[in-house]
Amino acid sequence: MKKEFNITVFSENHIGLLTRITIVFTRRKVNIDSLTVSESALPGIYKFTIVINSTEEQVIKIVGQIEKQIDVLKAFYHTNDEMIYQEIALYKVPTEALFENDTIEKVVRNSGARILEIAREYTVIEKTGHKEETQELFKELNKIKVMQFIRSGRVALTRDPIERLSEFLKERDALLESLD
Amino acid sequence: MTKRKISGSQAVILSLLEEGVDTIFGYPGGAIMPIYDALYDHDKNVKHILTRHEQGAVHAAEGYARVTGKAGVCFATSGPGATNLITGIADAMIDSTPLVCITGQVASPLLGTDAFQESDVVGISMPVTKWNYQITTPEEIPVAIAQAFYIAQTGRPGPVLLDITKDAQFGELDFEYKKCRKIRSYVPDPQIDPFKVKEAADIIDEAKRPLLLFGQGVIIAQAEEELKAFVEKTGTPAAWTLLGLSAMPTDHPLNVGMLGMHGNYGPNLLTNEADVIIAVGMRFDDRVTGKVTAYASNAKIIHFEIDPSEINKIKRADVAVLGNAKKTLKMLTDNVKQNRHDDWLARFRECDKIENEKIIHKDLFPEKPGLTMGEVIRIAGDKTNHEAILVTDVGQHQMVASRYFKFRQPRSNVTSGGLGTMGFGLPASMGAQLGAPERTVIAVIGDGGFQMTIQELGTIAQNKLPVKIIILNNNFLGMVRQWQQLFFEKRYSFTELQNPDFIAIGKGFGIEGHKVEIRGELEQGIEKMINHPGPYLLEVVIEKEDNVFPMVPSGASVSEIMLEP
Repeated sequence: MKKEFNITVFSENHIGLLTRITIVFTRRKVNIDSLTVSESALPGIYKFTIVINSTEEQVIKIVGQIEKQIDVLKAFYHTNDEMIYQEIALYKVPTEALFENDTIEKVVRNSGARILEIAREYTVIEKTGHKEETQELFKELNKIKVMQFIRSGRVALTRDPIERLSEFLKERDALLESLD
Repeated sequence: MTKRKISGSQAVILSLLEEGVDTIFGYPGGAIMPIYDALYDHDKNVKHILTRHEQGAVHAAEGYARVTGKAGVCFATSGPGATNLITGIADAMIDSTPLVCITGQVASPLLGTDAFQESDVVGISMPVTKWNYQITTPEEIPVAIAQAFYIAQTGRPGPVLLDITKDAQFGELDFEYKKCRKIRSYVPDPQIDPFKVKEAADIIDEAKRPLLLFGQGVIIAQAEEELKAFVEKTGTPAAWTLLGLSAMPTDHPLNVGMLGMHGNYGPNLLTNEADVIIAVGMRFDDRVTGKVTAYASNAKIIHFEIDPSEINKIKRADVAVLGNAKKTLKMLTDNVKQNRHDDWLARFRECDKIENEKIIHKDLFPEKPGLTMGEVIRIAGDKTNHEAILVTDVGQHQMVASRYFKFRQPRSNVTSGGLGTMGFGLPASMGAQLGAPERTVIAVIGDGGFQMTIQELGTIAQNKLPVKIIILNNNFLGMVRQWQQLFFEKRYSFTELQNPDFIAIGKGFGIEGHKVEIRGELEQGIEKMINHPGPYLLEVVIEKEDNVFPMVPSGASVSEIMLEP
């Protein structure tokens, strides 16, 4: 059965590695729904958060192929239940419409969104949440016409009390030392 | 070692020498000229083989790697030179062959500008390399080359490509070489879990009808003796994949033959009767399994493998033992009880009898007038005392040669398995000969594949490589024609060839040869070829519409193996 999975990849910072990772998906004709890359808490180690819709069987194989890439340290996969995750969305709406329609203020307030910038022609609203939530706000705001909209890729943390990467790195360092 | 200032291109050559490289296959061009210039001073330390096409260079490097176990090295220039390597790199990737390919690249300020002979070879080769890297400064050269050899040759081996810009070749660096011994993000040999070995041993001890399947992993790990020790202690029949061929002597009493689409009757049929399958260094390729859902359906699967991503990829393993096969097989043998499976083994021999009556005898000792591929292979094997290296191309002749040549020692079979690259055979035979100069190398090639890399006859002649080339000529793309006959109602769509006079072509390149068309001249012809001191081209005209059997039709179960059309 297909469902949403979060793949987390920890890697060295090497040019071209992103392509190597995406090739694993494209070769199997699996679409990447969302992708976020940034430096992790450990300097020099990069973290990829990749969201796909697939079967668990295929996700396991994909994670195995990603881990096989030389510059990848470790890859994990989780279901949505196992993670705390957020996406950020920005909405640009006409400032005038905000004044004319008093329900909008309520919508913004109730959805936990906030206003980032107000200019004469436009107002930028920011909302953090799951895709359904940011999408819901889009629908509401679009009643007064959203001029521009953007949603980020997903950022996610596991519900695990321990950081699996640091544990993994400790083991790996010990293994490498044993090779000397 | 003291540091000294040298050019990037000199650093390339010195680094290769530090890695013990003795042979390079390549083709010069604009963007790699500084490296070739540096090579000019080292012709006493390293042999460079100028091929006639970059594809020839990369397949030759594969042939060299397969017989030596060391990384094959090839050079090519940027643009078309680099792209011409791709087929061979893809072939090496799928067959786990260690290669270090070095390509020249336009100077770094020109990258991304569509400069003359610029191609994004790092991007192009990414899906088919184990690792690749672009070097744009001279300082990176020794470190990157050290990593390249480490990655190519360790764990599950594979091809690596280094793309070196021309300015990095010209620039200077303080040279110091340190071999790479570890990379934080890469563990070539997974740690062995002794409990898994024990678990596997317990299942094997209980097995009534165990069958061992061995692949190239045994050869790569140099675990041939360990494999033999295990099967002899447990009395387990052992069958080989195309690339596992020669890991165990053909005439070993427990060697039950070849797996797969054109493998032997017994190991295919009885896969579905086995109660335990012990897979060692093989990856359940679809040509081996046939229809996966109907494969080994009554067996527990024990998978010995070095690459974690192969576990459960095709066939779910009941027990997976990760690690280098040389170590894991030894541990396994220590853990299992002595055993015999005579009745079970006898089943394989019964199957052999059937296959022999229906197919093998007719292939090897035909009575019909036309020559068969089988009899050519039989005589070639016998006349070399089964001690030669067999290099094959791809197609019918490849299957027949693998079935009938017979081997006594490992690293004797060089073929393109996973990718099935026509044109592989001739250049690979050059590399095999250079890697094993003291051994006889017999290249068996079809008339189709031969013409894909025929220009390498020039390389063979120039370097006086004494390879013995047998062209099995049926004037057809035989394997495709066989499928057309069996599955496409004999609609022979573009499979018939009008061939040139191969012997005249060989002579044009300065290679001796002759053509055999009748049975009475075959044995003598093969003898003449083997006794000839230099390279030799023997063309054998064989039956035009011969088929390779047995055959597991595509998509069918191994139990549905056909002995005749």
